Amino acid sequence: MYIIIVGGGRVGYYLTKALLDEGHEVLIVEKNATICEGITGELGGVCVRGDGCETATLADIGTGRADMLIAVTGDDEDNLVACQIAKHKFNVARTIARIRNPKNETIFKKLGIDVTVSGTNIILEAIQQEVPTHPLTHLLTIIDKGLEIVEIKIPPDSTTVDKPVKELSLPPESKLTLLLRKEGKPIIPTANTILHAGDQIIAVTTPESEEALRTALRGS
Amino acid sequence: MKVVIMGCGRVGARLAALLDSEGHQVTVLDNDAYSFRRLPSKFGGATLLGNALDEEVLKKAGIKEADAFVAVTQGDNRNVMASQIAKHIFDVPKVVCRIYDPLRRDLYDTLGIETISPTTIFAQMLKDKLES
Repeated sequence: MYIIIVGGGRVGYYLTKALLDEGHEVLIVEKNATICEGITGELGGVCVRGDGCETATLADIGTGRADMLIAVTGDDEDNLVACQIAKHKFNVARTIARIRNPKNETIFKKLGIDVTVSGTNIILEAIQQEVPTHPLTHLLTIIDKGLEIVEIKIPPDSTTVDKPVKELSLPPESKLTLLLRKEGKPIIPTANTILHAGDQIIAVTTPESEEALRTALRGS
Repeated sequence: MKVVIMGCGRVGARLAALLDSEGHQVTVLDNDAYSFRRLPSKFGGATLLGNALDEEVLKKAGIKEADAFVAVTQGDNRNVMASQIAKHIFDVPKVVCRIYDPLRRDLYDTLGIETISPTTIFAQMLKDKLES
């Protein structure tokens, strides 16, 4: 695949390295000459100095034949514009934008960006996972299906401990997919699986029924 | 008419003053309070400190009731993004956006945002002056 990356900062650099290792044709567009030289020194001729939001620059590097454009500069507005130009001027099939302000996620979607990755949200989720008291952790969002995969821990004082799954009033959009226990192999929960204190449950749900799922699993 | 202007530079401040003197209801946004010094002392509109790329700030500026939104910061991309938020999220009836880069201007024009490129206009004016 031919992949264009806008922004040669740390994200752009490591992303390029990973994609090159996978055998893709990758080109970084970076405004700053010093950063550009640094990348060229380390990775070879994969960096072009220029403004990835400029139609002329994108035309020069053959954006028309690119399979994907990934904009990972530190500014949300620059990432938006780079993706929009790629999409509307060069018909790039897939555009991915990094966003810093999580609020921009819906705006970008509405403005036609295929995928957004919010660094802030990812860091928050990773921290949530490390905070043992946090009742529900987001593991993954499947954007085009409107679903998310979450992890819920069953605390010892929960009213659902020692109850079978069939007695829980789970919201219809949710599915328990995996149960992890301190000892033993992971279990695929069935109607008769009994919940234990300390169980970690991986479930598929929708953002709307997340709260109901949490209450069903942990009791109120 | 209620107008929200993003960017209180020379152009933004001047436009705000003009509209205000004609009796329009004007709110000027800038992320640097020092920029508001450019407004005339008799300016009767509102000023708001904040980043217009933030929906909350735009709501505070009264974007929901605005008849028009103008983006005239130094950054083309900031102007473009704010204008699209005004147009597509808040359905402001009239949105005008300054884009210095003529090629970028062409694209956003086709994407339904009213744009002005001072670069093209000014270069043409200079050429006309030289030839007259």
